[in-house]
Amino acid sequence: MMNIKFWLLINLLLLVLTPFKAYANIDLYTFKSEENRQAYLELTKELRCPKCQNQDIADSNAPIATDMRREVHRLLEEGKDRNEIIDFMIDRFGDFVTYKPKVNSATFLLWFGPWILVLLGLISILIFVKHRSSKKESIHIQDIPDDTSSSSEHKKVEKLLSSYTNDKENDA
Amino acid sequence: MSKRWIYITPLLLTVGLGFILFTAIGKDPTKLETARLNEPMPAFELPELINAERLITERELTGDVILLNVWATWCPSCRAEHDYLVALANKGVPIIGLNYKDERPEAIKWLKKLGNPYRFNIFDPLGKLGFDLGVYGAPETYVIDQFGYIRYRHVGVVNEKLWLNTLEPLLLKLQNKKS
Repeated sequence: MMNIKFWLLINLLLLVLTPFKAYANIDLYTFKSEENRQAYLELTKELRCPKCQNQDIADSNAPIATDMRREVHRLLEEGKDRNEIIDFMIDRFGDFVTYKPKVNSATFLLWFGPWILVLLGLISILIFVKHRSSKKESIHIQDIPDDTSSSSEHKKVEKLLSSYTNDKENDA
Repeated sequence: MSKRWIYITPLLLTVGLGFILFTAIGKDPTKLETARLNEPMPAFELPELINAERLITERELTGDVILLNVWATWCPSCRAEHDYLVALANKGVPIIGLNYKDERPEAIKWLKKLGNPYRFNIFDPLGKLGFDLGVYGAPETYVIDQFGYIRYRHVGVVNEKLWLNTLEPLLLKLQNKKS
């Protein structure tokens, strides 16, 4: 009985303590305004850590990410806007540093490649379908016997037909 | 005729995509582009490592084609390349150090013990110049031409292969440039 109570107490203690573990990576920055604080939170999620490549700088504990957060904070408090700060980082670390790279000759394919492929696909489907239906139409037209003209083909067919009926008569 | 193209196009696209993906095999994704390539050295004013009174600015990196080596005592790969840097310096290659996010006494001790391949060292304990250069880890080695422009950047250890294949030819080429 004593044992169960002891374990319950330990579990309760662990439960109480867990929330404090989750906040390991919060820098203590103060901001001039609520907008700056909001911009800081957004920017640190949009900038990518160059060292640990699949983390944003808000999420990373790498020294370079700490430096970048510090710079983002400093620039915001100096009154720089979002785009200026992103350009500042791109100047130093390249297009890689943002999760939404700017459109330029190097990133053009990245941004528009998928759309170009979709467009190509649609165009080929259109061509394919049109090609098929126009072919059907042409077959259809040929199927209708041309009664008004006495073409050589028409004559041929009549000849064949008559020979066929003649053969049948002969067989009988 | 156009019908044939309809069947060939997906094949071409697949082969093209395959080719693009194939060229990416073996590429090291941790090596990033050099945003500062062919730009002048960013402006800075930082003390020298051993002689703390001496202030160094970007103007002191002009005149010769030099190697700028980013190093720190906390960086194991810097230890790995150090002996080769000493050997290069003994051959007369001008190397300037950027002591990055380090502690002064530790760094001086390191140079005394392992030899000093550097003409001088820029002491950058907060990594300010490092940040402006886009340094995201040490060691890194830059080639700066005689006019103070960044012409090459290598992330990682400098060794004989890199020197013979890349750095030496580039240095020779840059030294012969006049404007």
